[in-house]
Amino acid sequence: MPSALINVPAKAKRGSVIEIKTLMSHIMETGYRHTASGDVVPRDIITSFTCRFNGTEVFRADLYPAIAANPFITFFTTVTESGKFEFEWIGDKGFSETAQASITVE
Amino acid sequence: MANSNHTTRRTVLGLAGGAAVLVIVRPAAATPAMLSAAIRNVVGEANVRTGKVKLDIPPLVENGNTVPMTVSVTSPMTADDYVKSIHVFNEKNPQPNIGNFYLGPRAGRAQVSTRIRLADSQKVTAIARLSDDTFWSTTADVVVTLAACTEEAI
Repeated sequence: MPSALINVPAKAKRGSVIEIKTLMSHIMETGYRHTASGDVVPRDIITSFTCRFNGTEVFRADLYPAIAANPFITFFTTVTESGKFEFEWIGDKGFSETAQASITVE
Repeated sequence: MANSNHTTRRTVLGLAGGAAVLVIVRPAAATPAMLSAAIRNVVGEANVRTGKVKLDIPPLVENGNTVPMTVSVTSPMTADDYVKSIHVFNEKNPQPNIGNFYLGPRAGRAQVSTRIRLADSQKVTAIARLSDDTFWSTTADVVVTLAACTEEAI
């Protein structure tokens, strides 16, 4: 079952830079492996990750098979107001997951 | 006569063995040409200079299936001088791309971390695109003891 782990500080000072850590459980099958009988295991990866803050995109990533299983991505952002982060993962075979985290800026 | 036959047999076996090794060794691997094509795709005709980018990756990795990597770029990250994107490439995986990361001025700090797969000991290259559309790069050598991608799926 897909599940996301998000680490966003609950509170931050206005204008400060915060670190966001995200992890999505996913096999990230490369499409380059073979079974014992020689069949290619079809590719099944997350291809895109997006983070929005109050609807505005703040970070985006294109992922390739060279990203390890259970993609773990950390990045930074400046917070100017309280609001909600929305995270979205899109991948092969119709994979689509979202997660949210709120932050209070004082 | 017998001697010459023996030599022939040995030669034939040697050739067969060599061919088998050639076939088995590499199912698929990016070539330096694929790497430079992938980089050209991103940078176009622009000149890529060395500097500003820092690639933190262990020089010796035991397991190529999960290699921690951090890319950071020296930049003030203000509205008119910031990092637009960071692109990471490798030399010898089946595909030259690892990931593209798009930031903006509000990122505050131009730094991205993730975990990657490496199919072989090789060079990893990170390229940053700044807001003035200049490109900066750095390259790191990584030695991998257990390669990713090659094991059979059960």
